[in-house]
Amino acid sequence: MSTDTIDATFAALADPTRRAILARLALRELSVTELAAPFAISQPAVSKHLKVLERAGLVTRGRDAQRRPVRLAAQPLREVTQWLEVYRRFWAESFDRLDGLLEDLQPPHRQEEH
Amino acid sequence: MAGALTITTPTDREIVLTRTFAAPAALVFAAWTTPDLLRRWYGPREWQLVVCEIDLRPGGAWRYVTRHVDGAEMVQHGRYESVDPPRALVTSEVNDDCDAQAGSDTRATTDFVETGGGTVVTTTVRYATVQIRDAVVASGMEYGVAAAYEQLDELLVTTTSVGGGPA
Repeated sequence: MSTDTIDATFAALADPTRRAILARLALRELSVTELAAPFAISQPAVSKHLKVLERAGLVTRGRDAQRRPVRLAAQPLREVTQWLEVYRRFWAESFDRLDGLLEDLQPPHRQEEH
Repeated sequence: MAGALTITTPTDREIVLTRTFAAPAALVFAAWTTPDLLRRWYGPREWQLVVCEIDLRPGGAWRYVTRHVDGAEMVQHGRYESVDPPRALVTSEVNDDCDAQAGSDTRATTDFVETGGGTVVTTTVRYATVQIRDAVVASGMEYGVAAAYEQLDELLVTTTSVGGGPA
């Protein structure tokens, strides 16, 4: 996995409007007009966000000259998710062990509450 | 009372971990800052904390060495910036793999908030630059590789038993 990809993906995901755009594209492809509609920002502003997402490889634009539908591209998201999954596993497994330790350390009367 | 771990990435340089533990804050704080206790929980199951040195005071140093069952080691070290038992802990971690420049440390702020019968622990890890975060990504992948080997081991065991090989 390239760290350039992760870099671009994280930068693209750092913005709440872009995350909202991706969330909507996860359901279906949309035109720029359709994408701009629920946001309190102009179409050019949405286009600017789309350029960032496109550079990060998170979305692709369709060939239809009129509409140029925007589609979600899943691969870079998958790479970031995969990294987070490794990170999550480190801490999830550590914390599960900590649960056991904390139970061992507490006086028995506390455990009766279970 | 113990809850699921949640991880969020509010910005491209921050990671926030939240988890609830079924114990008072003082005990959870002790588990976070006492070498004998840390050795009993820090690291995923095939990793062991083999060195744990802690000088728990502002400016004091900490150093962890974790070892995988295959012998691979990971060294982490830094300083305590603020120690406020049992409520909060701020630590820095020196990033040896990167250019060792002043101000390039990763900072982790951990808050321990006691709620009815449990403690909510929130850790915010902030990387100084995206380059450092990328280095952490790269080192994180080593854990991923270890996990992959482990899966391979399991697969080989399964395959052997299916094939009726020697036990």
